[in-house]
Parts: sequence; C-alpha cells; structure tokens
Amino acid sequence: MDKYLLQMKNIQKEYSGNKVLKGVDLNLKAGEIHCLIGENGAGKSTLMNILFGMEVIHSTGGYGGEVLIDGQLTKITSPKEAMKANIGMVHQEFMLIPAFSITENVKLNREVTKENLVSRVFGERLKTVDFPTMSQDTRKALDKLDMNIEEYTRVAGLPVGHMQFVEIAREIDKTGLQILVFDEPTAVLAESEADNLLRTMKKLAKEGIAILFITHRLDEVMSASDKVTILRDGELVACKNTKDTNIIEIAELMVGRKIEITMKKEASVQDQETILEVKNLHVEMPGEEVRGLDLKIRKGEILGIGGLAGQGKIGIANGIMGLFPATGEMNLAGKEIGLNNTAEMLKNRLAFVSEDRRGVGLILDETIEMNIAFTALKVQGRFLRKLGPIYLQNDKEIHHHARNMIKEFDIRCTGPKQHAGRLSGGNQQKVCIARALTQEPIILFISEPTRGIDIGAKKLVLDLLLKLNKELGMTIVMTSSELAELRSISDRILIVSEGKEAGILPPDAPDAKYGLLMSGVTGEIIEKGGK
Amino acid sequence: METVIQKIGLPRLIITALFLFVLVLGGILGMPMISFISDIIKRMGMYGILVLAMVPSIQSGTGPNFALPIGILTGLLGIVISLEIGLVGMAGFLGAVGFALPFAILVGFFYGKLLNMVKGAEMTIATYTGFAVVQFMCIMWIVLPFQSGTMKWALGKGLRNTFPLDNTFGLILNNFMAFSIGNLHIPTGLLLVFFGTCFAVWLFTKSKTGTEILAGGMNPRFAIASGVNIDRNRIIANILSTVLGAFGIIVYSQSFGFVQLYTAPLMMAFPAVAAVLIGGATAQRARVSHVIIGVVLFQGLLAVSLPVANQLVPEGNLSEIIRMVVQNGIILYALTKVNDNGRN
Repeated sequence: MDKYLLQMKNIQKEYSGNKVLKGVDLNLKAGEIHCLIGENGAGKSTLMNILFGMEVIHSTGGYGGEVLIDGQLTKITSPKEAMKANIGMVHQEFMLIPAFSITENVKLNREVTKENLVSRVFGERLKTVDFPTMSQDTRKALDKLDMNIEEYTRVAGLPVGHMQFVEIAREIDKTGLQILVFDEPTAVLAESEADNLLRTMKKLAKEGIAILFITHRLDEVMSASDKVTILRDGELVACKNTKDTNIIEIAELMVGRKIEITMKKEASVQDQETILEVKNLHVEMPGEEVRGLDLKIRKGEILGIGGLAGQGKIGIANGIMGLFPATGEMNLAGKEIGLNNTAEMLKNRLAFVSEDRRGVGLILDETIEMNIAFTALKVQGRFLRKLGPIYLQNDKEIHHHARNMIKEFDIRCTGPKQHAGRLSGGNQQKVCIARALTQEPIILFISEPTRGIDIGAKKLVLDLLLKLNKELGMTIVMTSSELAELRSISDRILIVSEGKEAGILPPDAPDAKYGLLMSGVTGEIIEKGGK
Repeated sequence: METVIQKIGLPRLIITALFLFVLVLGGILGMPMISFISDIIKRMGMYGILVLAMVPSIQSGTGPNFALPIGILTGLLGIVISLEIGLVGMAGFLGAVGFALPFAILVGFFYGKLLNMVKGAEMTIATYTGFAVVQFMCIMWIVLPFQSGTMKWALGKGLRNTFPLDNTFGLILNNFMAFSIGNLHIPTGLLLVFFGTCFAVWLFTKSKTGTEILAGGMNPRFAIASGVNIDRNRIIANILSTVLGAFGIIVYSQSFGFVQLYTAPLMMAFPAVAAVLIGGATAQRARVSHVIIGVVLFQGLLAVSLPVANQLVPEGNLSEIIRMVVQNGIILYALTKVNDNGRN
C-alpha cells in the first residue's frame, strides 16, 4: 500500500443545514503535485479551511470525517496547529506587509533573536532581532527559488510575480515543511511568471514536498500535476492520474450535468439586428475587471453571460451602465454613446438589476413603492405633479403603481408601504425587477438574478424573464454564475475568461465545451482533442 | 414591549419621561404652569429653525450639520449689515435676511464642496470647520469697518459682544398678531414663521430634487445606479442647511432681543443636533416632524427644569449642568447608533 502524507477521509461540512461538502476524500503523497479543481462553490475553499483549522469551520460546528497526517489521526483546530503540522499555504491574495522588507516578511513572527541586557531582565519578548542570520536564511530560501532579488528590498512596489515568490519563500523557510498548498496562485500572474511558478513547484516537489495545487486553468493541470481531484457541488467526482486523462474529460467532469430547472425554451423570435454593440470594453471593477471585450447584443434575444468568479463577467453590465470606470466604444441602435454616464444610459432606456441586491439594488430602509418608482421618477420625470415652479412627487400615483406591480409579480409583502429590507430575498429581487421594468426598458441587464433566493423563487424569476422576452420582445442580458440557469433560458451564452470573451456557445453545447472555455482554454485545443 | 421602545426610541422615551417628571414636580412645588407653557412655545419658535437646518444635511447623507455656526455667522453678518445701513422694524428684519442670503448660499456651496472631499468623516470635519470659522469671524468682527453706534464699542475698535435690538427689530415677529389668554402668551408671528419654514422644507423634501437627495443619503450606491448626481445634491442640501442656519439665527436674535457675536455661535450646533435626534431622527434619517417633536421636548425640558431645579437647589447652576448632560448625552447616544442602520 502506498504511504500517504496527507489523507482526508469522508470529509463532510454543513453551514446551517446547507451541505457544502458531502463526503470528500483526498490523498496526497510526498513529492507529488496534486491538483484540486472545481467550479466556484464546489467546496475547494471549505476543504482547505478544514485543513488549516480556520475559525469559520469551528465556529460553525466543525466538520465530519477524518484528517490523517503521516498516518496519524490529527484534529487541526487553528492555523497555528496547521503550521505545527508542517502545512503551509501560498495565498491568492498576498498576505504580506508592504512596508516591510522581504526578510522581515519572510521571518514575520518567526524572527531569529539574540539575548541582550534588557531581555535578560525582562524576558523573551525584548530580545534583539538578529538581522544578519535572518537575511542569510531568507537568501537561502530565495536562492532555492532562483530569485536573484535582494532580500532587503521592500515588498511595496515589487511586481506581483515577485510577491508570490516572497510568499513561497516564507513557506519553504519554515523548517520541516511537508505540505504546501497553492490557492489559485497563477490567477494574478502573467504567463511567463506563471511558467516560472510551475517550474518552481516541480522543483519543490522533487525535494519531497507534497504540493496541493488549486487552480481552474486546465492547461496548468495537464502540464504540472501528477494527480487531479475534481470536486463538484461538494462531492468528489473523480480522482485520476493526470497522464490517464485529458483536458476535455476533466472539463466535462468539472461542469457536469446539474439538476436542471427545466423550462422548455422555444426558439424565440429574434432577428439578427444588433441593438447594442460594445467594442474593446475595459472596466475597472475591482475583482471583476474586463480587459478588452467586444460584444454584440441582438435585438430580442436573451444573452447569457457566464464564467468563473473574478473573470470579469460581473464587470460587463456594471461597465456598460457606467457604475464603474470604463473605456471603449459603444453603439446603441446605430448611435454612438459615451461610457461612464449612468443617467444617459438610463435615459436611453437601458435598465439594470444589480448583482448586489441589498447594496445597490434597493434602499432597504425605504418603502417598496419608493424603491419601485425612484429610477423612473429620477430619469424620466414620471410620478411627478407640478405645483407652481416645482415638481412634487405624486404619492398617489406611486402608491397605485406599486400596488399593480405587487399584484403582477406576486410580491409577498404587507403592502406598498412596507420597507424593502424586511422582504425575503426572492421578493426583494422582484422589487428590483419591478423598478427596472417601471423604466419600460428596451434592454434589461440583470446580474445574478437568483443569487441567494430559494429554488421556488428562482423558477419564478426565470419564468418572469422568459415571459418578458417572449411577450414584450425585451432584450435581456443575464449574467449568472449558474451555468444551468443560463442554459435554461438563454439564446446564446457568452463565456468570459480573464476579462475577455472565451467564446459564445448555444445553450445545448456539450458540457466539455463549457468547461474548457470557462477554464480559459482556447478553441484550438478543443479541436485537437485535448492534447 | 421591545418593539414599542424601538419604535419610539430609547432617548425620546427617556427625555419624555424626564420632561413629564419635571413638569409634575413643578406642579407639586406650586410653580406657575401657564408661564412654563408660554415659555416652551416661545422657545420652540426661537430655536425651531436652527433645528430644522439639520433636516436637509441629514437627508443628504452628510449627517447632522455640526457646522451650523457657519450658517449662523452669515445670518449675524446679515443683521450687522442691515443695522449698519440703518434699517429698522420689519425692513431691518427683512434686510438682515436679504443680506444674509447671498453669503449663506456662497458659503454653503463651498462647505458642500468641502464635505464632498471628505466623505466618510463629514461629522468630525464639520464640527471643526464650524469652530474654525467662528474664530475667524472673531477677528472679522473687530476688523470689519462697521460704524453704527449701537453696535460698536464706545472706546476702541470693533463690534460689541452683545448688543440689543430693541430699537430696531427686536421681538418684531413675536409681537406680530400676538395675543394672550390669561397668562398664556402666544407669539403668533414667530409661530407662523416657524411652521411656514417647516412647511417649505417639507415641500422641498417632497420635490424631485428632495426625493433624489433622500435616496442619495440613504443609499448612495442605489442613487448612483439610478443616475443621481450625488455630489451636486449634497451641495444643494448643505446650501439649504446653511441658509436655514442664517435665517434661524435672525429669527432667534429678534426673539431673544439681543445679537450675540464672537464666540456665542461656537456651541450652537449642539443643542440643535440634540433636539433633532431626540425628536426621533438618526444620523441618516430625519423628517420635519422630528424637528417639531424634538424642539418641543428638548427646549421644553430646559425651560421647565431651570426654574424647578433652582427652586430645589437655589445655589449653583444645576439646570445648566442638566442641560449639558442631556444635550451631550443625546448626541453621544445618537452617534453610537450611526453605523447600526441598514444592518437589519
């Protein structure tokens, strides 16, 4: 039998009744690079949080299953214990102090100290920090990584690629490190930096360190790893030797068939006329940057926008609506319009339902009726009556309109005067949609329409979108993290990867294609059959 | 039970209880209730507009206008100019308002610009801006070349600390259509002006701009997503607040009968902030009704507690101490609640 360095057996975890891990196994050998992949929400982070004994796990009732390190049953209840068990992690967001030098960062809280006069009297905490020794240690770690940067350089201002290596240096400087976890390390790196990193990982593995590599770039999985474990919806889908599989199979396993919200989508009436065209769109939305996207939205279609989190899909609608600084060209029905002008976009009857329902979509402390009427009141001057030189809001009309909307969309509430913050997620979403529809839009942008709402309400919202599209011919651009949902109502689905278009697929395209595009694999590789 | 407390608000509940307690105590001590009520009504009209100045700034999301002294100083400047050119009576009052207005609008505009630069720290910045401007005007009251005999020191340079309005427009609103029922004195003109201003501000909050300001104050990101120009609206709201501060001090001065210059405006923002918060406003949300309730409760408590406390403890200034404790306690309580909203 093989000797495993780390074994996680039948790991289960639930957050307040919601099972996020349903019996996952993970086995890791010394000197092996083991990839862990899965879509957002597949359970990768939760599994790592368990391995590191993070607070979130133990404050929510712990986990089920066993963790064995070196064959010993271990219960890690804090990150400190994980460190003691010789597990290290290179974070996706750098945990470095910019104002400190590389040496100081590498040795943070593990400083080498010397006795001095004061510390002899007052004890341990007042010892002198031994900089020469610390520098030597750091140098050694940096050399191991082939980094010819000076160890006394300050971290602030280093290129991101270098910061990543400082993180690695910190981990390998810990004596006896056995397991090193990389959490999407290449997400922020340029291609050459990423190659460099992969080389380093292989080198470390040769020295006997077991590497657990979390990523969503499938080409990296193929080129770097020995084994690959695939999670989906908190379940272990497969664990394979990398050489026995191929990129297409992995992609397929990663996306998989989910329980579909089945809705028969009839071929909708759509002509090929482009209603909105965006060229070279760049959006500076933190965490969801769009980097040069071209997009043509056809009149009367439902366009789905999908992709993994952080790849920029959320940024598209926000950028077009002017909520985040954007550059590029935009052409609405043959007319050039400028970006970064929300009022102008709304005036042109583009409506937006934000992904951040409670933050952007609603005034929680305001009545339902005001929430519904506000945008139309502001932009189109509706719901107003004139009194001398000033326009006053017409409470009666606002109230009446809200009543109709509540009836039409079946918003469960005590009445139009109830505060929006008191409603359930699904009903809040309906209020957001009601507000957008009050503008009588020609294009409706809707982001994450079903996030955080229960399955019944989900169906209602999707049915509603379908109805609007079919009966009113409204063009809808829906952004969603849930592929199944996009596939159930869209005419075309744009997959975004690294802020750019990865491809446009019909809803009935095979799973593997979706998986590959979401993982940033270009069309050519698909043609070649995944080699 | 808890919801009732939440609905009324703990501070409002405590103050109301204290107010009633002091009233009853005054009754037991055999003090003249009717004159208390006259006093409360007068104080309501006197302080009301200064409290009303809090409404636009809170609604726009910049928090209570701790820089109220800025508005007050422009009002004082209006009064001084009006008296300098020799206007008396109603002309003096209207002149003061007229001269104050352009200053208030101008200063309010720049103050609004300043607040847009310091988003997130408005209340602290406002407090110290107010303090700084008061000190600056202390110099100006000496340096500006005013010559009117009633306002100048008899010897040396500069304007007096305090000067009376009895020959110009003192009590002009209070006495307008005033009448008495027994000992109950009703300053009709003062009340008309106060409620009239309240109505005007209420109308403003119901206007298109007012609605936008309200939305921007409650959820800026929501408002931006609806195409609202938040910065512009915050400036408009703070101009309005400054103008109300200026108008408020003119009304206050005529009712008081004296004009107080130099450091008098320094702390004037605090009772106004406390009053609106007692009335039920929070640092994010205020209505005109909060102003009326708050000013009655807060000024009522002060008007009654002073004589009652003096009756009980003749020596010392106990009522002044109560006033400071209540006023600052209320502000403190309200500020701890600032970030509670929207959490649900």
